[in-house]
Amino acid sequence: MDRLTRTLSSVFTYAFLGIMAFLSIFPFIWMILGATNNSNDIITGKIGIGSALIDNIRAFAAAVDVPLVFWNSIKIALISTALTLIVASLAGYGFEVFRSKYRERVYNGILLTLMVPFAALMIPLFIMMGKLGLIDTHWAVILPTIGSAFVIFYFRQSTKAFPSELRDAARVDGLKEWQIFLLIYVPVMRSTYAAAFIIVFMASWNNYLWPLIVLQSNEMKTITLVVSSLASAYYPDFGAVMVSAILATLPTLLVFFVMQRQFVQGMTGSIK
Amino acid sequence: MASANRSLNRYFDINGWFFVAPAALLIGVFMVYPILYSLWMSFQTGKGMMTQFGGLANIRRLFDDPMFMLALYNTMIFFIVQVPVMLTLALFLASLLDNPNLKFRGLIRTAIFLPCVSSLVGYAVLFKSMFVQDGLINSTLLALHITSQPIPWMTDPFWARVLIIIAITWRWTGYNMIFFLAALQNIDKSIYEASRIDGVPSWGRFFYLTVPMLKPVILFTTVTSTIGTLQLFDEVRNIMTSDAGSAAGPSNSALTLSVYIYNLTFKFVPSFGYAATVSYVIVLAVALLAVIQFYALREKD
Repeated sequence: MDRLTRTLSSVFTYAFLGIMAFLSIFPFIWMILGATNNSNDIITGKIGIGSALIDNIRAFAAAVDVPLVFWNSIKIALISTALTLIVASLAGYGFEVFRSKYRERVYNGILLTLMVPFAALMIPLFIMMGKLGLIDTHWAVILPTIGSAFVIFYFRQSTKAFPSELRDAARVDGLKEWQIFLLIYVPVMRSTYAAAFIIVFMASWNNYLWPLIVLQSNEMKTITLVVSSLASAYYPDFGAVMVSAILATLPTLLVFFVMQRQFVQGMTGSIK
Repeated sequence: MASANRSLNRYFDINGWFFVAPAALLIGVFMVYPILYSLWMSFQTGKGMMTQFGGLANIRRLFDDPMFMLALYNTMIFFIVQVPVMLTLALFLASLLDNPNLKFRGLIRTAIFLPCVSSLVGYAVLFKSMFVQDGLINSTLLALHITSQPIPWMTDPFWARVLIIIAITWRWTGYNMIFFLAALQNIDKSIYEASRIDGVPSWGRFFYLTVPMLKPVILFTTVTSTIGTLQLFDEVRNIMTSDAGSAAGPSNSALTLSVYIYNLTFKFVPSFGYAATVSYVIVLAVALLAVIQFYALREKD
């Protein structure tokens, strides 16, 4: 009897996990199959490989300047990620290594901004960008994302594991503080940077609401905006939409598979 | 000696501010200033750039605005239903995957995690294509005899909300599961041995041993999911609206506060002051819920 219940529960476990894994992956398969089918086959739920792939790519390329849009996304994501990592690692290091009463207050204030919903920032930010003449430029997308409380928090938590002996030895050797940071901290914390890179890159790549507001001309738009506008047409060409969705998913999927370990480590590292 | 000490302190302090300054400056300009600006704006009335001080007029307007009430109601429904469903599922999956003897463990974990690597807008669009009236989901449900009629995902208010909840749950369950899994793997397994010897059934072990030890992670995932759900925008806009209109789902059944703020600012004649007031409703809701969740889940010393 005991063996029976154990077998049953293990059958249930595998069946349940199997179904969950299938449901999780299925939309990706649907996306790839969809790219080979025409719009009508897609919205009538055809599963299978069709022959419309070339037509779909053509329709997508006819609707938007694909290389430009892809380049816009890559450029924005890389620049914001690089700047975010520089600013946040400096701050995380500074808050952890040079502790003082006033800096601790600033830090707590920064953590409080984690709770500020973007909806409450977007109107003032839009007006500010208008005054700065940055509407419809990529800087308008990049600037507000650089100061990220979450990434600062992440770097401060990770800095706790940075051995203070290294710092003390370098000070005895006469290195300035910025040299210690640049020559010792940065190389030692490589894996922290890698994990933060993935998180910030993905967030920036997926950013939708803010670019939707500030990027208005077609030459400035990102792939995310293009997918959205293709799909919200009155009669969307779902074949072209699928091709665009693949293009929007590819970079983050690639980053994930190449750096899977750092990714999971990076996501969970900050809460240990 | 005292002066040497003081100059060392000064050196320390200057360096401290040097490292922290860029971040503090950016957050000051792009977070703190805008949030205060929008507080000030919430007391302004008028259209476009022609505004004047309106006192509490915007707050009164909230209560007379059925559209705002609907957006608030929808957002709260999404929050109350979706967050517990998703976190329970994530915790359940994590506890199944915490078993080191499980076959294909890494593969299953990666599969369930994969949705949160997908493009936000991309997945919303995929869901839109799967849930259309004669689409994949309905034809599958009909073929399996789960329903006898196609489900009106896009045209019925109730089902439109269900669709949004299914979509967000698909996207974020694996993300939360990873946090639970990491926390479970940090638990010292020997405490389970003791309770097994004492004859505690496995569900009892789960509720009385595992869940209390996971409280910090549950708090973390609850607060981040709450913040995410209260700001829901991408999915609603990409599954439920078209470029031409401003309605979010059938009879605005999926209209959320963020979508409403967007409409007030960029779709209708801009009413910045009132939109800022609505945005402060989200600020207050997030703050209130975070405090409640913090006290409900805090460690009892």
